Amino acid sequence: MIIDHPLLGPRDSAEFTYMGDARLIERPSPDAEDAAAAFYEYAYLRDNPAGLHRELWFHEAGDRSWLVVTRNTVTHEIAKVELATDVARAKGRST
Amino acid sequence: MSQKNRIAGGQIDRDTPLNFTFDGKSYEGHAGDTLASALLANGVRLMGRSFKYHRPRGPLTAGSEEPNALVQLRSGARQEPNTRATTTELFGGLTATSQNKLGSLSFDLLAVNDRFSNFLTAGFYYKTFMWPAAFWEKVYEPIIRRAAGLGSLSLEDDPDVYDKGFLHCDLLIIGAGPSGLMAALTAARSGADVILADEDFRMGGRLNSETYEIDAASGADWARKTVAELANMPNVRLLPRTTVIGAFDHGIYGAVERVSDHVATPASGKPRQILWRIYSQKTVLAAGAIERPIAFDNNDRPGIMTASALRSYANRFGVAVDKRTVIFTNNDDGHRSAADLHAKGVRVIVIDTRMDARKSPDYEVLVGAQVINTLGRLGLTFVTVRLADGSERTIECGALGMAGGWNPNVHLTCHQRGRPTWNNALAAFVPGALPVGMLVAGAANGDLSTAGALAGGAAAARKALGLRGRLPALPLAEDAPIKVTPFWYVEGASRAWLDQQNDVTVKDVKLSYQEGFKSVEHLKRYTTLGMATDQGKTSNVGGLAIMAELAGKDIPEVGTTIFRPPYTPVAIGAFGGRHRGQEFHPKRLTPSHGWAEEQGAVFVEVGNWMRAQWFPKPGETSWRESVDREVLATRGSVGVCDVTTLGKVDVQGQDAATFLNMIYCNGFAKLPVGKSRYGLMLREDGIAMDDGTAARLAEDHFVVTTTTANAVSVYRHMEFVRQCLAPDLDVQLISTTESWAQYAVAGPKARRVLEKIVDQDISNDAFPFMACANITVCGGLRARLFRISFSGELAFEIAVPTAYGDALIRRIMTAGEEFDITPYGTEALGVMRIEKGHATGNELNGTTTAANLGMGRMVSTKKDSIGAILSRRSGLNTADDLRAVGIKPINHDDTVPAGSHLMNTGAPVDAAHDQGYVTSACYSPNLGHHIALAFLKDGENRIGDTMRLVSPLTGVDVEVEICSAHFIDPEGERLRA
Repeated sequence: MIIDHPLLGPRDSAEFTYMGDARLIERPSPDAEDAAAAFYEYAYLRDNPAGLHRELWFHEAGDRSWLVVTRNTVTHEIAKVELATDVARAKGRST
Repeated sequence: MSQKNRIAGGQIDRDTPLNFTFDGKSYEGHAGDTLASALLANGVRLMGRSFKYHRPRGPLTAGSEEPNALVQLRSGARQEPNTRATTTELFGGLTATSQNKLGSLSFDLLAVNDRFSNFLTAGFYYKTFMWPAAFWEKVYEPIIRRAAGLGSLSLEDDPDVYDKGFLHCDLLIIGAGPSGLMAALTAARSGADVILADEDFRMGGRLNSETYEIDAASGADWARKTVAELANMPNVRLLPRTTVIGAFDHGIYGAVERVSDHVATPASGKPRQILWRIYSQKTVLAAGAIERPIAFDNNDRPGIMTASALRSYANRFGVAVDKRTVIFTNNDDGHRSAADLHAKGVRVIVIDTRMDARKSPDYEVLVGAQVINTLGRLGLTFVTVRLADGSERTIECGALGMAGGWNPNVHLTCHQRGRPTWNNALAAFVPGALPVGMLVAGAANGDLSTAGALAGGAAAARKALGLRGRLPALPLAEDAPIKVTPFWYVEGASRAWLDQQNDVTVKDVKLSYQEGFKSVEHLKRYTTLGMATDQGKTSNVGGLAIMAELAGKDIPEVGTTIFRPPYTPVAIGAFGGRHRGQEFHPKRLTPSHGWAEEQGAVFVEVGNWMRAQWFPKPGETSWRESVDREVLATRGSVGVCDVTTLGKVDVQGQDAATFLNMIYCNGFAKLPVGKSRYGLMLREDGIAMDDGTAARLAEDHFVVTTTTANAVSVYRHMEFVRQCLAPDLDVQLISTTESWAQYAVAGPKARRVLEKIVDQDISNDAFPFMACANITVCGGLRARLFRISFSGELAFEIAVPTAYGDALIRRIMTAGEEFDITPYGTEALGVMRIEKGHATGNELNGTTTAANLGMGRMVSTKKDSIGAILSRRSGLNTADDLRAVGIKPINHDDTVPAGSHLMNTGAPVDAAHDQGYVTSACYSPNLGHHIALAFLKDGENRIGDTMRLVSPLTGVDVEVEICSAHFIDPEGERLRA
């Protein structure tokens, strides 16, 4: 596969390490009432879609960026590639 | 007499005779021959024995789809089983032997299987070898294993080099027949970067095997001219002898170039093969088509092949397989074969299944006739024909060509799950959904005429590259329409071969259907139709057609199995490339490696690192002797160990302390500058991930260390936390593992040694336990000093830039001479950390929590950190949780091996009564007996208990005492000295 890195352009997927569902960015608040249940869901429950899937890839043999890659798990078509920091900021993780 | 079947013409070099041997007998062929064509030229039709019935077999084809003519090529270490004689380019000195026989090829003792064929039908081993069950392993399996398989391996190391490479292009063209050459010419003239790959050693595809003309010259001449023009263009890369084996995601193709397979041994510096990864913007598949056989009784005798193969041998290789030949056809293309053979002086009789077949003035045509049987023990001698009026006629012949129509070569179109679709006019599957970026042209797309192939190739290249403007004039070529009437097998045929490689007959397919294996996938697995090296290139469609007829359905309703990579078999060596032996993975050397070699160190691989395991001295006869000495010398005076391999991560920025608070379960915000602290990292699920120290060199600068094994994954995790969870902290990370050479200097004399090297006061007051600092050594070299200890002794870790690592170890050894400083390896390191009760990967094994490790209170409740919430789950905090403890044998001569389990004395030894397990064990030279670390249920309350340590698998059963994990200096006085 080829991943179109937002900073570096198209790179072979062999340069990356895969981590899975990009929902890992949405770490629950540890102070919430239901923190234990929320962390249980966060740590263990994943969707397994046949189709578009947002997932984390680490450019380990490159610039060490974490990327959020939107990939079709059936066709391997890649619809979108974002820097994980941008996604994290958009999710309000700046504070 | 040599080459008795050689005739005039062809594209062999008659001025270059080549000698070769087959089954020990010498023959002569010519440059440009394949092994199969050279053997046929010499009158050798018998080239192998079939897989199951050991029936005599010769080539069925003249290409890579060959199921039969598989030979063992070369001898000794270069021996190569299951090599297709039909694609093996002849070279001088080639040696080949036949396979799958017991005795000689012409008298194979296992041919008795053929007599028992009634018992060896599809699924026979599922039914036959069922009982008694005990017979399977001892009796049935060894016999089956001996009889199964074709060639054999040399079991020697392959002496040749295989390589890997990467190529990029605008347009990859697969196949250099008329459509591929035309596509390449069109694309190349437009200036695009073009790669043209073809599995054959002579580009041109079928043009080399046909008598058609293109632009009033022979097709072969046009191909030669075109290839020459392409070869001279700087934007074109020609890859002959290169098979594109797979179409992968996003325009990536795998290809194997056989660089040196056509010579006896590779030229100096040349690899045997190269596995290319080709990145293409667009791809034109121009892989041609494969002629299919027709099933009739005994259609597998040597001399029976596809009609197009007979045509190839005659036109390209100048070989008439036999002067008396029969063509059995259901279409007009069979008549082309007949005409070509007739023109070469062969007596031809055509058996045409169609009632409306055209007659010829040149050769006899039997209209509406069928071949119903053949004779000839080791090769075809007669065929029996049922004529249109029902009478039978026997014809003497040595070659029979089967022309059952052509199957477009859709293989690569299926690699991204595309399913081919049925074309009624061709009675064949044509490409369906294609991989992104792929176009198909020529016969592979169902355009079976030369003119159609040329036009299709040009059009595909123009479309792929988005070329506009007027279409250039195409070369003139034949444009005969296809006329085929489907005919798959002769009515009543039974031992009629569909898949010659797997010995699957019409009868087997019928049996499969009868027994309920009706889906094509079941058919394939029950009968093995379409498996093995040829992957059913000549047999799949025939099998489907019979299945369809039995089910009363159309072929497309029955479905088709799709193809997977590789297109043809690939040597494991090509996949391995240079990654074998010592080069299997990268080897990392520590800065003191050269020095350690001088000391005669024994090395051990730790991850990719080579670390000194121990340093034997003259007279020492066992590793234990060396390790015990290193431990005692370190604890008694001073030792030194290279600890460079531990992961080091520089953490810098205003928020560095906040960041460490996040990744470590214990607190770091209040760590003063100039101090280090032990830190434990958890995974988000609350399980311990890694441990190490973090040293605060400045308000905004920490150095984090990780274990050697987890250096990469911990760094990745830290970047995840930084980028994904806390994107706006002011913190930057960089791995500096290789940048600093680091040594542990440990033992009561450690300070005395280092005082001679460092440029500052390191007395206990000035540089107490857990101190850290940027310092200089040897009068000005920048360095880092940490007073941390893994051994439990007074110890320092000193780091200098890697380039000075070798100099520093020598300087330390010189400075320590007066104290008999002793270098120690990973074994002594391990012994000392077990004596001290320090955890490593054996204890942080992916299942243990901070509480298990006895560090439950370290998980701060005053702050958030990764894993903190889930570490408090009730399931991880039960009353009888495992706790780290020490173990010592009651009888001091006993060992307490790692992996053994703890049981209560008197309780049964089974999993239900398991109390815990040993993680690390060693002999302690300080205590004089073996010791171990273990996890024990409710361990902290069982100190002093006697228990039973067992390992039923290895026969361990000893009494042990549970004790503190800190065997040496439990109060830590030595550390602080």
